[in-house]
Amino acid sequence: MSVIYLLISISIIVAIVFFIAFVMAVKKGQYDDDYTPSVRMLFDDELKTKKQIKTNPEKQV
Amino acid sequence: MDTSQKCFHCGLEIKKSDLIVFEGKDFCCKGCQTVYEIFSSNDLGCYYDFENSPGATPLDIEGKYDFLDNDKILEKLLDFQEESTAVVSLTIPHIHCSSCIWILENLQRLESGIRSSMVNFNEKTVRITFHSDEVSLKKIVNLLSSIGYEPYISLENYETGTKKEDRSLTIKLGVAFFCFGNIMLLSFPEYFETNEFWIDQYKGFFRWLIFALSLPTFFYSASGYYISAYKSLRTRMLNIDIPIALGIVVMFVRSTVDIIMGYGQGFFDSLAGLIFFMLLGKMFQIKTYNFLSFERDFKSYFPIAVTKLSQGLEESVPVYDIVKGDRLLIRNQELIPVDGILLSAEATLDYSFVTGEANAIVKKSGDKVFAGGKQIGQIIEMQVLESVSQSYLTQLWSNDVFQKKVNQHFKTITDKISHYFTPILLLISFAGFGFWVYFDLNTAFNVFTAVLIVACPCALALTAPFTFGNILRILGKKKIYLKNALVIEQLAKVNTLVFDKTGTITTTEKATIDYQGQEISAQQEIWIKNSLRASNHPLSRMLYNFLPEAAFLNIDRFEEFVGKGIQTYFDGNKIVLGSSDFVENPQPSPVVETSIHIAINDVYIGKYVFKNAYRNGLSALFSSLSQKYELHILSGDNEGERRFLADFLPKNTQLVFNQKPEQKLEYIKTLQEKGRNVMMIGDGLNDAGALAQSNVGISVSENVNVFSPACDAILDASEFQNIGQFLKLSKQAIKIIKMSFALSLLYNVVGLAFAVTGNLLPLVAAIIMPLSTITIVSFVTVMSSIYARKLNLK
Repeated sequence: MSVIYLLISISIIVAIVFFIAFVMAVKKGQYDDDYTPSVRMLFDDELKTKKQIKTNPEKQV
Repeated sequence: MDTSQKCFHCGLEIKKSDLIVFEGKDFCCKGCQTVYEIFSSNDLGCYYDFENSPGATPLDIEGKYDFLDNDKILEKLLDFQEESTAVVSLTIPHIHCSSCIWILENLQRLESGIRSSMVNFNEKTVRITFHSDEVSLKKIVNLLSSIGYEPYISLENYETGTKKEDRSLTIKLGVAFFCFGNIMLLSFPEYFETNEFWIDQYKGFFRWLIFALSLPTFFYSASGYYISAYKSLRTRMLNIDIPIALGIVVMFVRSTVDIIMGYGQGFFDSLAGLIFFMLLGKMFQIKTYNFLSFERDFKSYFPIAVTKLSQGLEESVPVYDIVKGDRLLIRNQELIPVDGILLSAEATLDYSFVTGEANAIVKKSGDKVFAGGKQIGQIIEMQVLESVSQSYLTQLWSNDVFQKKVNQHFKTITDKISHYFTPILLLISFAGFGFWVYFDLNTAFNVFTAVLIVACPCALALTAPFTFGNILRILGKKKIYLKNALVIEQLAKVNTLVFDKTGTITTTEKATIDYQGQEISAQQEIWIKNSLRASNHPLSRMLYNFLPEAAFLNIDRFEEFVGKGIQTYFDGNKIVLGSSDFVENPQPSPVVETSIHIAINDVYIGKYVFKNAYRNGLSALFSSLSQKYELHILSGDNEGERRFLADFLPKNTQLVFNQKPEQKLEYIKTLQEKGRNVMMIGDGLNDAGALAQSNVGISVSENVNVFSPACDAILDASEFQNIGQFLKLSKQAIKIIKMSFALSLLYNVVGLAFAVTGNLLPLVAAIIMPLSTITIVSFVTVMSSIYARKLNLK
């Protein structure tokens, strides 16, 4: 049962790694705006490809 | 019966004469149509799919941003500049919906030099990354303006600080949660069995690990409380953070002693839980409060309109749409809404609003004029230097000079309670400890910490700000802008309503005007129109809008006599407009009617007769109000409308006519001496004294810039018929506060009873305390929103 020393130590280390990732994310500002990403998710991407097709023939001319 | 069309782009009503139809859609002006064209030809029609009429009319900014060519200024504004890539953050006040986010994040389609852009909706900023050798900042700003998203560029304001603070709270919360979760997990083995062999073997390991995990949260996450408690002790005051800090420290010390001496497991789980939940409560509080005040400062309606001159045309625009470089027309008695430079030859300004001194200051052309002054006399033109600072104006408004001596009932209760709360609490906790120490040391410590933690004064302190904050926000959305939270309390106490007639219950939009008298030549009509232009009286405005467009003339001399009329001189010609007596009418008619008489060069010419149009819903409003309130109508006008009003309004409405401004003030004073609590509703012009005298003064704004600082609230004319609802809501706000006080008192009493009798585990106390904060804040916010919805105010 003494393996429990090792097990718990490793799990604490893993937890700390994630914690550091969290702190880095906060410092980078990912938590500053929690509203806009929710709206941004809903925008469509298809229009981009339509536009590319449209502009290509123009470029050739 | 609204038959006017709305512009497809910006949603404002279109005047028939300005209607532009393009591709089957209606637009109110060339600007909106141009933006639509830009969008549709660049395949950005999606802009209109997310929200209805999300656009804004682009403003003319020719030459306005030339200063952006200057490298030094560019350095200040850009966030980042390296080789050919540059990043800039621009504040765009018009961001208000998902369409805005969409178009601003798709700018690269409109301008190839832009690489990408990202919107921060809450802060109304957009961060644009662009190739500085392909496109300049000036071009980007011009582009944004041309689609109606003109940025607000201020070289003076650099706002830092608040962002960093928020981040530290998030990190503290993260640390607290990390420690709390892990400590709880590691505490599990000891919860279940303390006598097993296995546990004895590993007890030490677990306990010291738990101790190590509690250090970050104890020293870092809770540091805010220690600092606050220390600061308060230094100033010999006892604030509410002291019991909390004391409780945490005692818990920590006791738990450490426990594990060192082997007495037990300690209370690290409760400690970490306590810190976590309290920080959670704090974060919730901050977010809710930011939401409420952001809405009020940036989204709510500050119903002052100013007249802007663009390309020789006058248009009425809301005050927060003014930007630097605009030219404004300020009339007699109108407020200077922003700092600017005087363009006209001379101006006489009354800064009593700002300084409290009523001595008028004379300014010459080229002088800087500051916001808050009131123009007296001639109309003036000025050029805007800064965008309006709504918070500055609100600050002026709340100036001590204009505070009424009102009973700040609820504030004093909160103050009193905070004052006594901490000493009483400390007393109870020490008493409890002293009592139990004779029986059981363990229980004594438990009681001590439980009492310190479970009692929550924050509920009492938070109730009023949050309730009022939410109500202010709701009312702001409904276009009634209150000076501050005290007004809500006053509104709830009102029992008598006094209404002004002209401009308040009548509307300047729909009156019909008839001319009777000698023929007026074209030149005379131009004179009359120009005289009217300088006056802000509702009748002047009505007549001004009625007369046909005319060229602008320079006025030699202008004087407005309150309650009587105006006198202007053009090239030696004297134009007098006003009441029959003022104009010295040789044949005064016995018929009593609302009219403006005209005399040019001392010769009586004729009169314009007004048929008053009363606001929609007036009769219904008065019937419902008369059930709870005493109603009065005070008018400066003559008795002409008495019969009509007596029929139109409920039987016991008092109708008084021919009131001069001083008489209106006296009338209100008399009512107050009889013990009535009076609310006056007027247009702010000749009611200024009465508005100041009354307990609550509301000024009704109909696209005019009449801002009397004596008023406590500004109501947009379109929401006039909702006055009854607003009064009801304020009464319910007070009810909510009372309910919440009762709730939190109950909670405290019950909690303390459990704690003192030793029945409350610190862990349970630790969870309940911040939970109570969250519950109270949610309770008042939700209740006020529910009441508002019930009254159909949302």
